[in-house]
Amino acid sequence: MPTATTISRVNDFVVRFANVNGSGSASANEMFARAIIRMGVPVAPRNIFPSNIQGLPTWYEVRVTEEGHLGARGGVDMMVAMNPQTFDKDIASIEPGGYVFYDSTKELPASKFRPDITVIGMPLTAICNREYTDPRQRQLFKNIIYIGALSALLDMDIKAVEQLIGEQYKSKPKLIEPNLKALHIGRDYAILNLNCPIGLRVQKADKIGDRIFLEGNAAAALGAVYGGATVCAWYPITPSSSVADAFTKYCAKYRVDPETNKAKYAIVQAEDELASIGMVIGASWNGARSFTATSGPGISLMQEFIGLAYFAEIPAVIFDVQRAGPSTGMPTRTQQCDIISCAYASHGDTKHVLLFPENPAESFEFGALAFDLADRLQTPIFVMLDLDIGMNNHLSRPLAWDDNRKMDRGKVMTAEQLEAGRDFGRYLDVDGDGIPFRTYPGTHPTKGSFFTRGTSRDRYAKYTEEGAPYVDNMQRLVRKFDSAKDIVPRPLQANSGKATKYGVIYVGSTAPAMDEAIHIIEGRGHAIDRMRIRAFPFHSSVNSFVADHDFVFVVEQNRDAQLRSLIVNECGIDPVRLVPILHYDGTPITARFIAKAIGDHLDQLKVTPMKVTS
Amino acid sequence: MTYLAKPKFHHPNLPKNDLGYTHRDYEGTVSTLCAGCGHDSITAAIIQACFELSIEPHRVAKISGIGCSSKTPTYFLGNSHGFNSVHGRMPSVLTGANLANRDLIYLGVSGDGDSASIGFGQFAHALRRGVNMAYIVENNGVYGLTKGQFSATADRGSKSKRGITNTDNSIDLVAIALQLGASFVARSFSGDKHQLVPIIKAAISHKGAAFIDVISPCVAFNNHAGSTKSFDFVREHNEAVNRLDVISSRMPIEVKYDPGTVELVEQHDGTTIALRKLDADYDVHDRTAALGFLQSHAAKGQIVTGLLYMDKDADDLHGHLGTVEMPLNALNEKELCPGQAMLDKFNASMR
Repeated sequence: MPTATTISRVNDFVVRFANVNGSGSASANEMFARAIIRMGVPVAPRNIFPSNIQGLPTWYEVRVTEEGHLGARGGVDMMVAMNPQTFDKDIASIEPGGYVFYDSTKELPASKFRPDITVIGMPLTAICNREYTDPRQRQLFKNIIYIGALSALLDMDIKAVEQLIGEQYKSKPKLIEPNLKALHIGRDYAILNLNCPIGLRVQKADKIGDRIFLEGNAAAALGAVYGGATVCAWYPITPSSSVADAFTKYCAKYRVDPETNKAKYAIVQAEDELASIGMVIGASWNGARSFTATSGPGISLMQEFIGLAYFAEIPAVIFDVQRAGPSTGMPTRTQQCDIISCAYASHGDTKHVLLFPENPAESFEFGALAFDLADRLQTPIFVMLDLDIGMNNHLSRPLAWDDNRKMDRGKVMTAEQLEAGRDFGRYLDVDGDGIPFRTYPGTHPTKGSFFTRGTSRDRYAKYTEEGAPYVDNMQRLVRKFDSAKDIVPRPLQANSGKATKYGVIYVGSTAPAMDEAIHIIEGRGHAIDRMRIRAFPFHSSVNSFVADHDFVFVVEQNRDAQLRSLIVNECGIDPVRLVPILHYDGTPITARFIAKAIGDHLDQLKVTPMKVTS
Repeated sequence: MTYLAKPKFHHPNLPKNDLGYTHRDYEGTVSTLCAGCGHDSITAAIIQACFELSIEPHRVAKISGIGCSSKTPTYFLGNSHGFNSVHGRMPSVLTGANLANRDLIYLGVSGDGDSASIGFGQFAHALRRGVNMAYIVENNGVYGLTKGQFSATADRGSKSKRGITNTDNSIDLVAIALQLGASFVARSFSGDKHQLVPIIKAAISHKGAAFIDVISPCVAFNNHAGSTKSFDFVREHNEAVNRLDVISSRMPIEVKYDPGTVELVEQHDGTTIALRKLDADYDVHDRTAALGFLQSHAAKGQIVTGLLYMDKDADDLHGHLGTVEMPLNALNEKELCPGQAMLDKFNASMR
């Protein structure tokens, strides 16, 4: 008998599947998550996978959350322990009073478990060996069999799973029947031999609404399609490759001319990241909307070109799906660790526009908006996703588009304007916003051509190494960056109902955990205002938010408090007023972590100023 | 000085091409390279080639990397957009530009340091992709702007101006280009405009990746005894396989060369290349034989020049990708954005 009180909860628990990668578990586990959504109950699944194709440990976590907390929670209530390599650690990670489901074909001694958890054994291998002769089938159907067993243990609606199997194999109908059979083998065994249901149960609800379930990388790629991107140059790197894969898929679907069967897009898998960004810059210089998708190591390789695009003022869109660095780091783990390296990418004085989407819906919106901003500001725009947003399915508001929306191509002087005698200086600030006009190559036989270069030049693009025109140009670039502050997405502020001296600032994938953490913090009797920054350069409201509070926590997923450094540096804020809350072990930040870190500070009633040098 | 425009005055009777332009309309600013630089001869050849082809200057995009050679696009086609990009990265910038607008003519100008050392990878990949361009390497075997270091095309055993002997093997960009599948491969010499101008014209007319290696002696750092890229050395060791002329429908051919066997090759754009073979056995359509010919002559210390290989039926990157005829940069919202109706369907499929 368990020594701790057995966990008993409806629509509010975490199931974690421990598998070996390459065993076909991923699609079965995802089906489990989708079935719960079909029952009207929100889930937040997360894939925790190795940089490997076959044989290493992988986990899939499904947070069942009727309240709709979409961040990671931390802790596991039920472990589906299918990987002997990680068995001991997996058992250790279960919450007191939790459950373990394991393959009991080979009975394990009690010493392999804990007295405070409920052990549920099912002879999966024996059942598969009995039912199937083909080793591959034994492996694949084992996954479906345990999903069937879980459906009984968790009191799930079997029809939801059956329906998903039908949809998944719509194009291969021969596979429907055997999968349904496996599902019921598992379910029937559980009903006959196990205590069903256990304390964790899924109950039908109506909490999904019109939300959709998709990955941030796919959403960003679709944003690029809607944003009018025609040229994509990329180099494979985890966790960004699926951006290019999705763009390829959506272009094949939405961008093929039905009459000629020709492509209204060009996708090149380049030889490296240098070539990727070079192609993007060449295409954008020539008037096409162009992007690349990469991760931190790719950003490092692109530095020289990014500086060229900044200085020569060429639009470019870069999707950076961040992963844990430095160096190769943890390539399949998440972080927000490229903030500084993107904000100040390249040698010399440079600053770049960054967008921080919080979820797939915003990845779509910012993915499209980035192209307008790049054209408007004639500079690289970074869309800062991370592995958590990019490679996990998230429940997200449906994607929306205004059919009256036009592409903002920015200041492009036309042949007619040139012909009419308008003065064209490529680097001439005619409107006072620091943004000059450009011309596309091939516009006019005798007017408007210029030489694009990374060397210094005057307002009319003529080469010069004189100090005054150089300074004039660099100052104009600062003016342009200031102009960006008011056209990039504004921070979103949510004030506590009560007056408070404390605030919290965060970006990107931290948002769902923060939304949940606020409730926990408030539950502890504290009030705190929050601001989600959505872009760099920072809007003036960031300065006033900090000014309005005694202390502001800056919550982010890296070691060196990069967002905080950027705020200190760019807003001229006394560092002691910004308290870093840092999570950087490669797992997504959790509400529990944030609430504890901030709550503990606030419990002391006095926030200890930290001497952080970063 | 690059910021000094050339005076526009010219002789009233300068010959005009079909567009009514004189060769002066194809010039750029005054060269800042050393007097006698081979690169200036190549600039003159490019101007002459574009003039003779009656190309509208603004329909050319001239893209370069970094180095003496990469400075030269300022000295020709002043009404063209130019892009002096990053060291060794001209090929990627040109590839992107080409994808954006397939209707312009792309002239890639690079040097031996730019293409054989820092940019060797990009050189290779642009050629194997079949980007529609004329890729010209102004090859002097030396880093000029940084004062005389060997480049990767410097021959083993050649001596620098400071008396240092190069012990590294050299890279023959022509041989590599042949291996990589470039569909037009030529070598010429900056001091031989009768050979060089038609080669540039043919390369521009070619659809696909056209590569020209132009030996271009550096008068400041690589024109001394012991150099294998000096004017004297190249003149003495030049082994031309053919002379050619490009006949467009607009320009009548002038035959200036010694008579010999003549082969006419029609290109995609309607131009015809007339090849006057100097070596009767040389077959310009045989990639494998070209490589063998090149290497057997290199072993004898001879520099083979002329049009070494061409595939008149080559396709380009746009052909491989199946892109629409209209330039991608000219497509509007209606053509590019699937709209809310499609998004509704998409949303429904994600539930």
